[in-house]
Amino acid sequence: MQKITIDPITRIEGHGKIDLYLDANGDVADSHFHVTQVRGFEKFVEGRPFYEMPSITARICGICPVSHLLASAKACDAIMAVAPPPAAVRLRELVHCAQFVQSHALSFFHLSAPDLLLGFDSDPARRNILGLIEDHPEMARLGIALRKFGQETIEALARERVHPSWIVPGGVNAPLTAEARDRILVGLPQAHAAAVQTVGFFKGILDRFAEEIEHFGTEPTLHAAMVDEAGAAQWYDGWLKFKHPDGATAAADVRPSDYELFIGEASLRDSYLKAPYFKPLGYPSGVYRVGPLARLNVADSFGTLLADRELAEFRQRCGSPAHSSFHYHYARLIEALHALEKMELLLADRAILQPHVRARAAVNSLEGVGMIEAPRGILIHHYKVDEQGAIRWVNLIVATGHNNLALNRGIAQVARHFVHGAEIREGMLNRVSAVVRAYDPCLSCSTHADGTPALEFRIIGPGGSIIRR
Amino acid sequence: MKKVRLATAWLDGCSGCHMSLLDLDEALLPIAKRVDLVYGPLVDAQEFPKAVDVTLVEGAVSSQDDLEKIRTIRQRSKLVVALGDCAVTGNVPAMRSAIVPRKLLERIYVEGAQEQRVVPSEGVPALLRQPVPVHEVVKVDLHVPGCPPPPKAIAFVLGELCDGRVPNLGSKVKFG
Repeated sequence: MQKITIDPITRIEGHGKIDLYLDANGDVADSHFHVTQVRGFEKFVEGRPFYEMPSITARICGICPVSHLLASAKACDAIMAVAPPPAAVRLRELVHCAQFVQSHALSFFHLSAPDLLLGFDSDPARRNILGLIEDHPEMARLGIALRKFGQETIEALARERVHPSWIVPGGVNAPLTAEARDRILVGLPQAHAAAVQTVGFFKGILDRFAEEIEHFGTEPTLHAAMVDEAGAAQWYDGWLKFKHPDGATAAADVRPSDYELFIGEASLRDSYLKAPYFKPLGYPSGVYRVGPLARLNVADSFGTLLADRELAEFRQRCGSPAHSSFHYHYARLIEALHALEKMELLLADRAILQPHVRARAAVNSLEGVGMIEAPRGILIHHYKVDEQGAIRWVNLIVATGHNNLALNRGIAQVARHFVHGAEIREGMLNRVSAVVRAYDPCLSCSTHADGTPALEFRIIGPGGSIIRR
Repeated sequence: MKKVRLATAWLDGCSGCHMSLLDLDEALLPIAKRVDLVYGPLVDAQEFPKAVDVTLVEGAVSSQDDLEKIRTIRQRSKLVVALGDCAVTGNVPAMRSAIVPRKLLERIYVEGAQEQRVVPSEGVPALLRQPVPVHEVVKVDLHVPGCPPPPKAIAFVLGELCDGRVPNLGSKVKFG
């Protein structure tokens, strides 16, 4: 067996590596995806007051701190047994949409566009955002502008872009002023136009990637996402729905507090990232995907004009359900557009300016679950407290975890198709990394459990020697 | 003018400091012209290169991997900058310091799983007994605190370093 290691997997969020094992013919026989950081949040927060949890768990991830703030605050709402005031719910949804815009822009432009625009086989020394700035300055500016709009909106609402303390148990800690609303509204049309332009651009180049589409994690799996009562996409407050690979419903109307009936977790010997599975099918058969692709496959509609139009075209071009993980990129761009449309709707409603934005209460329930759709998929915070509100037990299931089993299979599929032993070219290995990028995994999130993220890729030869790192 | 060979590294942190770097927004464009970004999570280099001028390090030193990485970084960098509270003080990663790693790992992978209840041991780095700030392991030339440090402070640091000066941060940063 020859072993090839890719270490680290670059242009992703967090630390990971991949080992590929080649047989005597130089074909890939086996692959291992190692997530190499673990941080231990579930354990080290025991004893802290529950209301500190949003601020502490925001530090799980600097890219999507807003996701952890929201899921955590919702778990705290449940512990206090309160419903946040209507304006607070709208403000939480608004900041959530802004985060989708910045996070999706980062994934597409800063991390994946170098592969798509400069080429999977292009010079690795220039295959990054700075190379993109040089060769495709207009696209790079578009990406920087979209990400900036998302981050500035978060700043306008929450005063800080990274780890803001504005989202709190019971709501948010300050209402939206008309001035701040108007500031956001000034930038919105330009961001909207940038999102429309990006979707159009991507549709124009999609056909160039026929080979990647055919081999980037196409094995049918279940898909899971949150939807509202009518079956439309719902990112902040909905019920969980699972669909079978053929599109039939596998489970629906799952309340956040019932997640354990449908989601189990398996530990893996070779990764700090656990592998959740769909419990009714058991481990390891219950493979499901979450995130942009799964959300487009599970929801009936977005409920906003342009995104629904794009969704119809997406289904026509990619199928329904769409199975290729390459289509995560396409789905992500449509979602960025939906997020901007949804922001327009939220800001058009004067109710968002109401001053009452926080419900106050002590502990009224000893257990609470908060579930949202983070940019990368379903995020669950589950807390148990004592009567004084001290944390006794915590479970966190993070988007990238749900995708762990599917991601492993996608890596194996890409490696088998693109990597052959006689002459290993860098571009072959870059495609193995690129399937990981398509999922936009957040490995620092995924291993909140405590430690060090590092995706690593190794090629191991017959006899087990490391040929290449 | 000769470009500054810049690397960024991410040890045990959350990437928030790297996000604050990207939050320079358009101010990145002129900086991009003055630096060669030779290593880091945003670029494709697999190995930490030799003769780096400046390395910005985010995160505490928490695992065997981190320890090896930071030693390599120190050997190959003229200046090492501890970027953010985790690198400067240990911060959130160090919240696990009172718990022995074995207990922590068992809580997550044995008690916290329903299938294959084992602590991962193959192809993953061992955890250090306690996460430590970067300066506990190697010499640090500049500390830039903040969780994360504000984009303006990072822009100032990069601007000064590109001009060949060691920045005087004064009141531009604070803890938290």
